[in-house]
Amino acid sequence: MSTHAKTAAKPAKPSRVGAVANWVDERAGIATAAKKQVRKVFPDHWSFMLGEIALWSFVVLLLTGVFLSLWFKPGMGEVIYDGSYEQLRGLHMSEAYASTLEISFDVRGGLLMRQMHHWAAMLFIAAMFVHLMRVFLTGAFRKPRELNWMIGGVLLLLGILEGFAGYSLPDDLLSGTGLRIADGLVKATPIVGTYMSFFMFGGEFPGDVIVPRLYIVHVLLIPGLLLALIGAHMMLLVYQKHTQWPGPGKTEENVVGYPMLPIYAAKAGGYFFIVFGVTALLGGLVSINPVWRYGPYNPAEVTAGSQPDWYMGVAEGLLRIFPGWETEIFGVTISWNVMLPGQIFPMLILGGTLLYPFIEQWITGDKREHHLLQRPRNAPNRTAFLAAMMSLYGLLWAAGGNDILAILFNLNLNHITYFMRVAVFVIPPIVFWLTRRWCISLQRHDHEKLLHGYETGVIMRSPEGAYSERHLPISEAEAYYITAQEPEKVYELPAETDMNGVANRKARAMKLRARMSKYWFGDNVPRPTREELEAARLHAEHELAQHDPDGHQHLPAGGYTGSHELDGHPVDGHQFDGRHSVEGEELRKH
Amino acid sequence: MRLLTARLAARRRSRLAGPIVLLLGLLLTGGAYALLSPAQAESTGSDTDDVAKGRELFLVGCSSCHGKNGEGVVDKNGDNYGPSLVGVGAAAVDFQVGTGRMPMANPSQQAPVKRVAYNDEEISQLAAFVASLGPGPAIPDAEKYDPESIPEDERQEAIVRGGEFFRTNCTACHNFAASGGALPDGKYAPSLLGVEPRHVYEAMLTGPQQMPVFSDDVLEPEQKRDIIAYLQSIEEQPKYGGTTLGSYGPVAEGMVAWIGGIGVLVGFAVWIASHTARSSRKGTKA
Ligand code: HEC
Ligand code: HEC
Ligand code: HEM
Repeated sequence: MSTHAKTAAKPAKPSRVGAVANWVDERAGIATAAKKQVRKVFPDHWSFMLGEIALWSFVVLLLTGVFLSLWFKPGMGEVIYDGSYEQLRGLHMSEAYASTLEISFDVRGGLLMRQMHHWAAMLFIAAMFVHLMRVFLTGAFRKPRELNWMIGGVLLLLGILEGFAGYSLPDDLLSGTGLRIADGLVKATPIVGTYMSFFMFGGEFPGDVIVPRLYIVHVLLIPGLLLALIGAHMMLLVYQKHTQWPGPGKTEENVVGYPMLPIYAAKAGGYFFIVFGVTALLGGLVSINPVWRYGPYNPAEVTAGSQPDWYMGVAEGLLRIFPGWETEIFGVTISWNVMLPGQIFPMLILGGTLLYPFIEQWITGDKREHHLLQRPRNAPNRTAFLAAMMSLYGLLWAAGGNDILAILFNLNLNHITYFMRVAVFVIPPIVFWLTRRWCISLQRHDHEKLLHGYETGVIMRSPEGAYSERHLPISEAEAYYITAQEPEKVYELPAETDMNGVANRKARAMKLRARMSKYWFGDNVPRPTREELEAARLHAEHELAQHDPDGHQHLPAGGYTGSHELDGHPVDGHQFDGRHSVEGEELRKH
Repeated sequence: MRLLTARLAARRRSRLAGPIVLLLGLLLTGGAYALLSPAQAESTGSDTDDVAKGRELFLVGCSSCHGKNGEGVVDKNGDNYGPSLVGVGAAAVDFQVGTGRMPMANPSQQAPVKRVAYNDEEISQLAAFVASLGPGPAIPDAEKYDPESIPEDERQEAIVRGGEFFRTNCTACHNFAASGGALPDGKYAPSLLGVEPRHVYEAMLTGPQQMPVFSDDVLEPEQKRDIIAYLQSIEEQPKYGGTTLGSYGPVAEGMVAWIGGIGVLVGFAVWIASHTARSSRKGTKA
């Protein structure tokens, strides 16, 4: 079904619900607006549901978060714990920590809610990551969707900040250690760092205002921003329509899929329950953030295995492997060892992520609108870049958990650090190169399939004893899928001087661009031309025509070609795939 | 910790505190003298015996690294083959041999825990020999380390105190759940779960390897016992939130989120999408 369907949906028979709906509609005029949206069409592919995981875990976060906020007390005032957890009863601690213990041990279902909230937070951010990866790999961020890509990037950033704020709320030993690191990061800002830290914590760390402040940020500010941005994200999605995989009848001009109601909504709604169910299972079965074991925060204490949640693992890893560089200028110490990994790199990563569509556009010079997705193999550099980034991510996360690795696998902590310092420079390029080669060879494979058909797995032996495998043409849909890609153009360097012999001032940038563009497209296997495809089709037909419908096969006039006849039996193998008749064929009966 | 000491300090200031402390001190010294001196006199006879037997065992099993008289062996490069045992005390031997660390099989970063090579009698003989080399911490009596010896009605408070001492002094190396942690240069602080109370006490007393010595001035014997009580209590407590993932903290949780969470959900997405493929043929016809 396409969005451009002319016939409007017929109104259902009026019912009581309908009457109420009508009443509302006559006043609010929603239905007319909604009707169009309800008939909006969404294409169908599993990878299009990754964003939904994020959406639904956000809903779980809202639900469980509201539950938690009914009991959580965001205060740093000292209280004496007298709840049911024996190992801490009678201890002085902050209200925040005491109320987290209360939620865990004395509120019915509280621990489940806490754990679901935390698991949902992990899934929320992980889902945003995989969703981003899908969008990236398929080129769905290309014009006209750059803005939605940037909104997505900001959502990811906000999600991470929100998670960090939440992680800091319970005021346990790990929360406090995390805040201590945040404090260090802020203080590493040259000149104003200390002021900023005092401003943030309302005085010397840890102070007694950070938890209430983070609470407002966590339950009000960022959720509000997230809601607004998710709304904008979805509205843009509906307005611009979803991208789709190429295929017969699927073009740059239409969208093929299911209407929002009922099929898509049913599937999406069902998926919500699956996300909810998985979160509930994790929350019920697997312990997360057991704050009662960490104990209340005390700046004098620290524990082995202090790590942030996984999405901060990269920052932690960078901090851990960074050499201890510091410079002293006019009595002011500049801590490169904190500033570079903790401030500069994250900003570079963020900036690079948000601006990626424009960077790629600049290289490729591609300013066309795209509504059909690209297969990852058809953009080898992009795919390889992501693979390299993923390997870097994995390495840094591992570096952030170096002590866990050391203890689990009996490794030497220092060796891990030395290894990582080298590996982050060496492994991503290797991964890049391998992935790029792999994509290109997949392209070659596609090319083969188009021109010579797919491998049937039917092996034939000639009277001379030579073996060969039969190839058959691929289906039209598949051929369409493979070939649907706009022609690519390597950026041509304009003349270095214009007509009047004036040197082009942008020459240097242009040269760089031309070089990058060449690398970008240079090794791609060109799509077969129409003539090549036509020739291939003729060839295949010719080969097939050699088989008579009676199931027998005759040597063509040209002589022996590789298909053979033994004792009058067809031996091309097609008696098994239903391609021609099988009378008298013994094997098939069994 | 700060809070706790503050609280203790507040109690100390009470009017009765002075006389009580004095009384306690008198009772303790008197009692200890009464208990210990005859016992020591009694055991001297077998002591010399033990020392002799211990020396024999030591010559066979330990002297290759620690020297014939426990003076230590230094190799050509000046590295310690085995350190001097003069003054390490019986507690160190009981700990090292009783946990199976000694005799070390081959020199490495850290003596790993192995099957215990000597029986209890032999261990005490070895301990007696090493103790005879120079004064050092003795093997503690059971009531010093055994949490059972804490009166029932004080146990909960002792556990809470022990938790505070543990978090202040031990988690930095041994992890919040006592499940162990890595140290620089391939060394590690092992898991404390399942370690016998006596060995925990001796570890604090003698500070094996990288571990600092927690002498009785740093952690009083009762405080050591509180720590042991805390360790026992967290070992016995139910797994409140479900499986603990080895108590390795957020890294393990992250792995579960990716594999058990996102992995499963993507699997479901594939399943859902493939299940409409059937109706999609209908869809294209319509
Ligand atoms: C292969 C060499 C080797 C052998 C055999 C060996 N040790 Fe050791 N021992 C060491 C080294 C090395 C250390 C120091 C490193 C350590 O504690 O892990 C050590 C440490 C000790 C310590 C702790 C010293 C301290 O400062 O606390 C004691 C006690 C000890 N050994 C007793 C023994 C006894 C008793 C035996 C015989 C049963 C024995 N060792 C056999 C090499 C050895
Ligand atoms: C600086 C780090 C550090 C601190 C702090 C520390 N330990 Fe250790 N601990 C170690 C190391 C290293 C070992 C292993 C020694 C060896 O194998 O020779 C160890 C070993 C032990 C053992 C022996 C475990 C076994 O498997 O036999 C116990 C018990 C122990 N520590 C208890 C404690 C307690 C209780 C505290 C707090 C009062 C503490 N440690 C504080 C580093 C530390
Ligand atoms: C949008 C994404 C959100 C993320 C990523 C997130 C993340 C987190 C995390 C990681 C924690 C620590 C949980 C723990 O103790 O183990 C937390 C705590 C908390 N969150 Fe959220 N949260 C989100 C939204 C919300 C919302 C919308 C609310 C309320 C309206 C909320 C209320 C709370 C409260 C009250 C706590 C402290 C209670 C506790 O720690 O037990 N959260 N959050």
